[in-house]
Amino acid sequence: MAKRTLMKGNEAICYGAVAAHCDAFFGYPITPQNEIPEKMSVLMPQNGGVFLQAESEVSAINMVYGAASAGKRAMTSSSSPGISLKQEGISYIAACELPCVIVNVQRGGPGLGTILAGQADYFQMIKGGGHGDYKIITLAPWSVQECYEFMPLAFDLADKYRNPAAILMDAILGQMIEAADLHGNFHYPTYDKPWATTGAKGRAHNVVNSLWIDPPVLEALNQRLQERYRAAERDEVRYAEYRTDDAELILVAYGTTARICRTVVDLAREEGLKVGLLRPITLYPFPTPRLAQLATAGTRFLAVEMSCGQMVEDVRLAVNGAAEVAFHGRTGGAVPTPAEILDRVRELLASPRLYAGSEQRGSA
Amino acid sequence: MEKVFERPRSLTDLEFSYCPGCAHSIIHRMIAEVIDELGIVESCVGVCPVGCAVFMYDYMACDMIEAAHGRAPAVATGVKRVLPDTIVWTYQGDGDLASIGTAEIVHAAARGENISVVFINNATYGMTGGQMAPTTLLGQKSTTCPTGRTVAANGYPIRVCELLAALDGPSYIERVAPTSPAGLVKTKKAIKRAFETQIAGKGFSLVEVLSNCPTQLRMSPIDSLKWVDENMVPVYPPGVFVDK
Repeated sequence: MAKRTLMKGNEAICYGAVAAHCDAFFGYPITPQNEIPEKMSVLMPQNGGVFLQAESEVSAINMVYGAASAGKRAMTSSSSPGISLKQEGISYIAACELPCVIVNVQRGGPGLGTILAGQADYFQMIKGGGHGDYKIITLAPWSVQECYEFMPLAFDLADKYRNPAAILMDAILGQMIEAADLHGNFHYPTYDKPWATTGAKGRAHNVVNSLWIDPPVLEALNQRLQERYRAAERDEVRYAEYRTDDAELILVAYGTTARICRTVVDLAREEGLKVGLLRPITLYPFPTPRLAQLATAGTRFLAVEMSCGQMVEDVRLAVNGAAEVAFHGRTGGAVPTPAEILDRVRELLASPRLYAGSEQRGSA
Repeated sequence: MEKVFERPRSLTDLEFSYCPGCAHSIIHRMIAEVIDELGIVESCVGVCPVGCAVFMYDYMACDMIEAAHGRAPAVATGVKRVLPDTIVWTYQGDGDLASIGTAEIVHAAARGENISVVFINNATYGMTGGQMAPTTLLGQKSTTCPTGRTVAANGYPIRVCELLAALDGPSYIERVAPTSPAGLVKTKKAIKRAFETQIAGKGFSLVEVLSNCPTQLRMSPIDSLKWVDENMVPVYPPGVFVDK
């Protein structure tokens, strides 16, 4: 049996970063992610890497920009208000086609909000929090184990697509202690970085830049980025399903909320209600094709989030009018309980079906 | 025939796009000469700013990174920390360094970050059209203080060398005025000294270059140099502020 260690999600992120051979961490304190810079201040020097506490989130992401330009694996972590500050730098990093990893341990907003958990940064992370047409490949772990596992995956996706990758978690996942198996068993390729600014030794000078005054040149960059995003949408969609085979109602939730929804599925099934769960693991690229497929089968959906309704918009886009999509959300640090979600499930299944779907299944 | 003057190897073949008489061209050339003389073109990384000098990445033959406005010291820190054997330098204007990027420059200096900074102070926002800079002089007109900078409305200009010299981190800080042949010689020497400070591993170095913007001053190049001597030099006195 594998050795398992009790730790917080925030700590597992750090061990995952080390397993990914992260070269440099730059960050700034903000609750509820402080265990990450604290742990990294020990782990990075121990593993031959760089740790630096920056003067601000703005500086931290620009240090990541510099280290990534130099061809190194660099990361930063923060929480919602700090991620807002990083958006300028993230836009530049995406425009310069640089890989890096950003961890967002979400808290409730807007404004200073709360240090308790929230999921209201979905728009910021998925729809582009900064200026311009770019996307961040975003993974949503739901356990401490996945916090560990997803760091090497995030670094690999960042290098593969030469684009920032993000881990979107929340205060509960960051602070929750669970057993994790730090197996160190990852087999990702290494990547050549001939574009890196490492000193122009024996080659023409490399330039990392995002200013393109000539319209065809900037348009070509945008087209190149979009082609890369289409490739990620084709090849990198990850999701998990639970008891969806015969489900008449499918809960859609990610991270902490998905765990709560798994409990709801079991409670509903005990009452004979045919409920399932679809958990997006990549929020970008979103599991759009699978949701579209399920929608044509006449299933209804209930999106559950710790927000006023953000991811639910992507569920609606995915089903494109072919199925009923309801929403249940809590904010302000409040967490939806299994009981209140179950009430909503009962209510929905008792109400008349609005959409027949192209093929009926289950009882009407 | 012996060649007595040639293009530095550290410059590309591209022509500068700067206005006639602007100090950027000559400072670029000096940096290139210093890089040549120190033999570091293959081992240095430059970080250029937002502003008129934004295209510096095309002019320099070494590896270059174009930073967001004011963020060059943070970007340079990122490079230097992961590639400590690389010589990392930034080139920043007054809006970039002394306004939007004050946090980055102050903390890079306070850390004694082993990078070299060339700071171009021309008391105006040249590229965006002559708006008030953090270093615009009291009484100086700009497109955002059209009747002249006043203490009541805009506060005082910032003396960057004096400000940073108050920190324990910096190893070398000098202000120069390349408005005369003697001033040009001093400027080149100061830039070289800044790079040598970094190569010796001594930590943060900065050279403030008092520069002329004939376009925004609406003066001939010669008059604009005279303006720098008569108006900027009394407020921003040249000299060595830190030399450890």
